[in-house]
Amino acid sequence: MKPFEYVRADGLTRAAQLARAGARPIAGGTNLLDLMKLQVETPDRLVDVNRLPLGGIEADGDGLRIGALVSNSACAADERVRRDYPVLARAILSAATFQLRNKATTAGNLCQRTRCYYFYNADMPCNKREPGSGCSAIDGYNRIHAVLGASDQCIATYPGDMAVALCALDATVQIADPDGGRREVAVRAFHRLPGDRPEKDNVLEPGEVITGVRLPAPAGGKQLYRKVRDRSSYAFALVSIAALVRMEGGTIASASLAFGGLAHKPWHDERIDQLLAGKEPSDALFDRAADLLLEGARGYGSNDFKIPMARRTLKAVLREATGVSA
Amino acid sequence: MPLTINEREYEFEGDPRTSLLDFLRRDCGLTGTKKGCDHGQCGACTVLVNGQRINSCLTLAAMHDGDSITTIEGLGTPTDMHPLQAAFVKHDGYQCGYCTPGQICSAQAMIDEAANGWPSFVSEDLAGTISLTPEEIRERMSGNLCRCGAYSNIVDAILEVLEARA
Repeated sequence: MKPFEYVRADGLTRAAQLARAGARPIAGGTNLLDLMKLQVETPDRLVDVNRLPLGGIEADGDGLRIGALVSNSACAADERVRRDYPVLARAILSAATFQLRNKATTAGNLCQRTRCYYFYNADMPCNKREPGSGCSAIDGYNRIHAVLGASDQCIATYPGDMAVALCALDATVQIADPDGGRREVAVRAFHRLPGDRPEKDNVLEPGEVITGVRLPAPAGGKQLYRKVRDRSSYAFALVSIAALVRMEGGTIASASLAFGGLAHKPWHDERIDQLLAGKEPSDALFDRAADLLLEGARGYGSNDFKIPMARRTLKAVLREATGVSA
Repeated sequence: MPLTINEREYEFEGDPRTSLLDFLRRDCGLTGTKKGCDHGQCGACTVLVNGQRINSCLTLAAMHDGDSITTIEGLGTPTDMHPLQAAFVKHDGYQCGYCTPGQICSAQAMIDEAANGWPSFVSEDLAGTISLTPEEIRERMSGNLCRCGAYSNIVDAILEVLEARA
């Protein structure tokens, strides 16, 4: 690990100012320290934000506000989250291990970096780690890589589960800047596609610090998180789906779906939700939803299997959510 | 800066790069906690911080002043073993033993988490009371790898401790 200066922020604005000057905020550290040991991340200065008053889960109007420093464990164990937002609890519990979730925070998890093997290997070209050096994954081993929204610069995926559920729930990220300003960004718009700036994972500007996440009013209906992976515990998603489906009689009243493992961001396609709403569930309808999802899908060799896997997983989730049998 | 480890105060100062794991082993002489992968993948370095299990390799010692840390040395001793330690011995819950301190710290935290009603990914009812079935134990212990493959005996050892407590 490269030497760095360790400082503790005595206030949110101070932390943001230090971050604007180049310091990396550290909370749980489970991802950042891992990357620092590999010298993928080499910050000169860490600003420890753990003692800032950014914890706690509290009612916020008809929704719920989860503080940036709330651990993944605490979020998934919260009674209100388990009762009203089970898709979020399930998604968090599908990720990593109890040890890691006890340290991992809400904000840190949103900012989790890709698990692309070449990003992790400082000896290989990677446009995300070193802009302009090239992408080793496009013509390399790319089994875990993106099939949607990739660019000729980067085919990495966002690896997390929590954010996929937050996307389906249409949650909002709350952000503070170094000048005392505040803004809110929908989780659906927080992560970026790689384009020609793959080094930028999300829309945070230098110095911006996440203060929390707001969940809207509980949506009711059926909430599912299905994760397909190489082993049944402690593995990243090859494909995952967070689904909120509300039925009225025999009709889908509303649906909100988000997808993990397929792209550089948790994937949400408004057209799928609109297609499903007001329709009677059927396998034919589910196939049309998969057609929309996979309209621009492209495999890169080792990850070709993700395209049919996404279709099958989507159909399985929709069957379960609507009660339609195959 | 003071850290409380196994109810004793230790002083940390020095290179901020020092992980909690390296501080425990190198500076405190508490070598029961093991370094396996050093990347949070194997769980050999699992310790309890304020009662919660974490990977001590993925946190900095400098971040823990004021925290109360429990390592395997704080759970039991050769002459006064913790019930989990005794059960691991009885059931052969190891071969080489390298992962064992992490397994036991992890299992202790798992028992507490379940008592507090924390669900896992395999819990059918998120709101229900938690029963630590073999399936639940396997899911909840998946952050502790055992390259010798003593998993079935580890589950047996944990189950015996749970039954004795019930």
